[in-house]
Amino acid sequence: MIIPIEYYLILSAFMFIVGVTGVLIRRNAIIIFMSVELMLNSANLTLVTFSSYLGDSIGQLFVFFVMTVAAAEAAVGLAIIIAMFRNKTTLNVDEINILKW
Amino acid sequence: MSIELVLFIIFSAVAAVSAILMITRANPVISALFLILNFASLAGLYLLLNAQFIAVAQVIVYAGAIMVLFLFVLMLLKPEKEKLFEKHPGIKIFAVIIAGMVFLQLMYLIFLSRPSSSVNPIVSESVKAGTIEQIGRQLYTNYVLPFEAAGFLLLAATIGAFVLAKKKFE
Repeated sequence: MIIPIEYYLILSAFMFIVGVTGVLIRRNAIIIFMSVELMLNSANLTLVTFSSYLGDSIGQLFVFFVMTVAAAEAAVGLAIIIAMFRNKTTLNVDEINILKW
Repeated sequence: MSIELVLFIIFSAVAAVSAILMITRANPVISALFLILNFASLAGLYLLLNAQFIAVAQVIVYAGAIMVLFLFVLMLLKPEKEKLFEKHPGIKIFAVIIAGMVFLQLMYLIFLSRPSSSVNPIVSESVKAGTIEQIGRQLYTNYVLPFEAAGFLLLAATIGAFVLAKKKFE
């Protein structure tokens, strides 16, 4: 526990920002999805850091729930991507715009 | 330098570099492999933070189950050339500038609040908090309703994924 808590928070913030940048600059639906997973993981790192430094296990419990939601999200999201690919044979989010008006 | 600091530097450098490589590679399969590397180094960081259960769950659930699902879908779909903003190439630079500004804001907040001055980590407490015994006790006593809700969510996601992937839209 000799590492200052700030180091972990900076790493977490950096990973979150990389995830945001990935969502903004990439056009492949699956890579956008993977960037969202990266953001979820950086939030998990913050939760585990505070849980460990405060000696309270509730933060790690919430990481467990975040993992559950991430698994459910990945399953449904990838199913949607497959269904969309069947219809339009593309993964480019600029061409998938049937919900845009 | 103690071994803890050395391990932290190695794991955090691998995590940061693999995250950047993940969003910059053109081939989605290479991106997915770098994301797996990132998850594995995060599991190492969790071990450094005395969170044994979360570290194991990270490897099994994230690096194992979820990323295998991603790779499976990537292999299933036809790889294509990604078209990156042919009309507006400036959007990319704009996005990076905005993200950099948000990062600077977060850094400012972290150094302004200085959480290390208010938390006093006790190693024995931290080790105790990360054991599966402690987490399981909380999970089955105080948090049993969210636990059941998470199970129900997984059931709903299974059925939803099945329905979505099976049906051919008109």
